[in-house]
Amino acid sequence: MNLEITLTEEGNQSIITLAGEIDAYTAPDLKETFGIVTKKAGQEVIVDLEHVTYMDSTGLGLFIGALKSTKENDSELKLVNLQDRVYRLFQITGLDEIMDIKAAIRGGNE
Amino acid sequence: MENFFKEKADEYKKLLAEYIEFQDEKALYGVELVSKAFIKHNILPEEIVNIHIKALKELYPDLFASFEHSLDFLLEAMISYGLAHQEIQNLREQQIALKSEISVAAQMQKTLLKTKKPDIAGLDIGVISVPANQMNGDYYSFLQNLDGTIGIAMADVIGKGVPAALCMSMIKYSLDSLPKESTPPPVILGNLNRVVERNTESNMFITMMYGEYNPETGKLVYSFAGHEPGYYYCADEDRFTEFSTAGLVLGVSEDVEYEQAEIEIAKNDMIVLMTDGVTECRDGDRFIEIDEVFDVIRQYLHLSAQDMVQEVYRYFERLQDFQLQDDFSLLILRKTV
Repeated sequence: MNLEITLTEEGNQSIITLAGEIDAYTAPDLKETFGIVTKKAGQEVIVDLEHVTYMDSTGLGLFIGALKSTKENDSELKLVNLQDRVYRLFQITGLDEIMDIKAAIRGGNE
Repeated sequence: MENFFKEKADEYKKLLAEYIEFQDEKALYGVELVSKAFIKHNILPEEIVNIHIKALKELYPDLFASFEHSLDFLLEAMISYGLAHQEIQNLREQQIALKSEISVAAQMQKTLLKTKKPDIAGLDIGVISVPANQMNGDYYSFLQNLDGTIGIAMADVIGKGVPAALCMSMIKYSLDSLPKESTPPPVILGNLNRVVERNTESNMFITMMYGEYNPETGKLVYSFAGHEPGYYYCADEDRFTEFSTAGLVLGVSEDVEYEQAEIEIAKNDMIVLMTDGVTECRDGDRFIEIDEVFDVIRQYLHLSAQDMVQEVYRYFERLQDFQLQDDFSLLILRKTV
């Protein structure tokens, strides 16, 4: 299974749209993308996980790494549109308490 | 080597002459053997073409020039294949070396992380831990305190393989250095969190559950650090209930206060602990839901705790498209008195 990574830059916003599965095999590319966008001070990095169907603990590690990088570089990280299964991982690990995370909204727009 | 080369080149020439004259199968079989001997001695493809050219020139000195040139051309074309072949050969050797090194490390890890299942009257303990690859990133341990209480630790390092395994040694040594006294689980997790935070890379973390069970009272005091919830099985009601406490995984933030909660279990009740390798099991594209795990446990309630955990694993192993995604650990503790 693959992971499609689309990066859109708008002003001081970097929107990363992901589709597929995040695991040990697909993680390296995403790690690289995170490494670049989180290093710009003042940058707001928004990760859209609507089409991420599966994520394992390697994926969680990436998000922790990205979060630490935003803290060091004075940028921001936001996760949006998480599916239940992926959201559960962030809840169990307690990461939803220290990260800006929004689950997928069912039944229409916000 | 030089002798070998000359000998085989002569043989090649002889077989070639024979084939050109009679086109017999025997010569073809002969060249197959020669070719295999060449491969075994790492003779490259372009060298074989070269042998062919030389043999042909010796056999037929009057070959017309354009054919001769075409053979030189072929020789050049084979050189890249030769290089690629050599590279594969090197990689193959390296792979064998690495594999044996990892298996030595895996063996060493097994010895290092070995933990003894305590033998306690009135308590039936079963535990299984299966690595997805050679090395295991899951860890469980039992600590026997002087006051009779038992510490139960279950942990899962993010990721798999060698880095995860190395990281786990840290947890083991920290646990081993604890005094043999009853200690509140949040204190233990807090200490471990600082150790992990200081000693790992930014994207490394460990999920962990630590509990202290008192065999006399049947009380389990516990604390979770981002770990998969545990389940309490009430035998009277034949029901599983989830238990956990909120808490961040170890190694992310330096100052984390962990929470504590407790449950009391009665005769025949069970405590079930696991790592995400169990909840992330997949049968092809289908995810295994926790209720399916419960159903399997229920099927084997009549067995000992150890047989139970083994049967649960076997059940998943038997699923048609089952593939272990992550290290799989399952621990069952049953009160028998």
